[in-house]
Amino acid sequence: MAIPFYVPPEQQVRDKANYARSGVSRGRSCVVLKYADGILMVAPNPSTTLRKISELYDRIAFAAVGRYNEYENLRKAGVTYADVTGYQYDRHDVTARGIANWYAQTLGEIFTQSIKPFEVEIVVAEVGDRPEDDQIFRITFDGSVTDEPGFVAFGGQADQVSAALKERYSDGMSLAQAFAAALAALAAPARGNGEAGGERADVTASQLEVAVLDRTREHRMFRRIRGASLEGLLAEARASQAGRSGDGAPGGSAGP
Amino acid sequence: MGPYFDASRPGPFAGGAGSSGCPAPPHPAGFMGRQTPSFADFLASYSPGLLPGRFSTAAPGLAGGGTPGPAVRDLPHGTTIVAVTCDHGVVLAGDRRATAGSMIAKRDVEKVFRSDEFSAVGVAGTGSVGIEFVRLFQVELEHYEKMEGRALSLEGKANRLAWMIRGNLAAAMQGLVVVPLFVGYDEDAGVGRIFSYDVAGGPYQEKDFYAIGSGSVFARGSLKKLYAENMPARDGVLACVQALYDAADDDSATGGPDLPRRIFPVIATVTRDGFRKLPEAESEEIAQQVVRERMSRPDGPAAVLRASS
Repeated sequence: MAIPFYVPPEQQVRDKANYARSGVSRGRSCVVLKYADGILMVAPNPSTTLRKISELYDRIAFAAVGRYNEYENLRKAGVTYADVTGYQYDRHDVTARGIANWYAQTLGEIFTQSIKPFEVEIVVAEVGDRPEDDQIFRITFDGSVTDEPGFVAFGGQADQVSAALKERYSDGMSLAQAFAAALAALAAPARGNGEAGGERADVTASQLEVAVLDRTREHRMFRRIRGASLEGLLAEARASQAGRSGDGAPGGSAGP
Repeated sequence: MGPYFDASRPGPFAGGAGSSGCPAPPHPAGFMGRQTPSFADFLASYSPGLLPGRFSTAAPGLAGGGTPGPAVRDLPHGTTIVAVTCDHGVVLAGDRRATAGSMIAKRDVEKVFRSDEFSAVGVAGTGSVGIEFVRLFQVELEHYEKMEGRALSLEGKANRLAWMIRGNLAAAMQGLVVVPLFVGYDEDAGVGRIFSYDVAGGPYQEKDFYAIGSGSVFARGSLKKLYAENMPARDGVLACVQALYDAADDDSATGGPDLPRRIFPVIATVTRDGFRKLPEAESEEIAQQVVRERMSRPDGPAAVLRASS
């Protein structure tokens, strides 16, 4: 019997992390940010059936990047966790914090115990009664959780998108303003690298997956924005964008 | 994925945390790779004790024999539910009384519930088990929608409820009877539809109108005379309140409008705009109107005797 070569644990963890990280950054970015009436989620996704953004529970949504089969599995497990908790106790007892913790444990255990780590990064967002109560959690492939302040960009060239989003983000933006900021941020890597990555600024409605957690809704606050309403939002965002660049504020300074 | 998704391995999720209804805290891997579109199926393998109607047969009053013990007979029971199809929709209404034997157990119980955006369910029979069934059914429909990315068809929902009721057959035979009345808006056909059940399941699709529960005989007789095809939703609501009044008139277990306490029937409509429960002020207004009319004619509106004249 061949004796396997000794690989130091540090090396093993590093290799796994590099593997997962490169898998996640290969795809496209996804953006989640707060706006006045809730939380907006935008992901470039030409498919109308294979979703990156979906509903977990009444006030809680899920967004993911990476390998579809892996995050779809996580999404379904999250829905099951939320539904079991809500059925066993009460609908109010299902929280984003609880789900994020559960994801962190699951991903952490998969990272340490299995040979191939999950190449995913996920965000769990919960809309509260007031803007202060909104919560955004980001969970990475190794099970680390971070509580994001008001916005998060993840997957793809996340650093560039995040930097561009930071420039444009402010508290209490309207939906159209938030959407314009998200679009500009997603387009940042393209401007920086000469169309090498990221989204083109002239993205069409059919190339985007957009959803909101809208606190003004009743019972289930998750709502997809598509079709005519997405076209409308896109036009509104373009108009505000044009006004912004007319002021002489170039948006593409975020790239390296 | 190695042993990670091996559902057969021992552990708290290996199929049955007993009937305590209180499973151990979720092990991280517990929900992975075990998801089904049916919440009830998942629950049956995750923690069967959480399913409604799963009582130990050793419980007093439930043991073996065919006759329910006094404890079961004295559980609060819900009574009359009526449903009427109307123009592009359906109306579902229920009285507010729950009885325990010959006593009134509760005056303001609600027996009509939203099951999802385009359907509603009313329950008659053992109140506590009925509430649990409705809760499970609500989660079942929403769970399917989230898992599959599309809502079940109306027939799919009706069949699912039948399956759940059939699962309660053993408990029903021991006295814990629950019979639902399910209504919904069929988005494909653009009409409202009614489904009834018996203790062994169903569903039976009903035409035009239906009623269940102890006062259902009188309510159905009343609806026979009041129903008109394609009536506006408002008329459907009025017909339901009249029928509930007639049921309360002749059945001691059905509660009529309680004017001093301002307790009125729960009324819901399901139309192409979705589920809508009438606000209390609105159902009060309709109930008050019916009561006023009955002051001059206690038996309610008269039907036309000769259709040709």
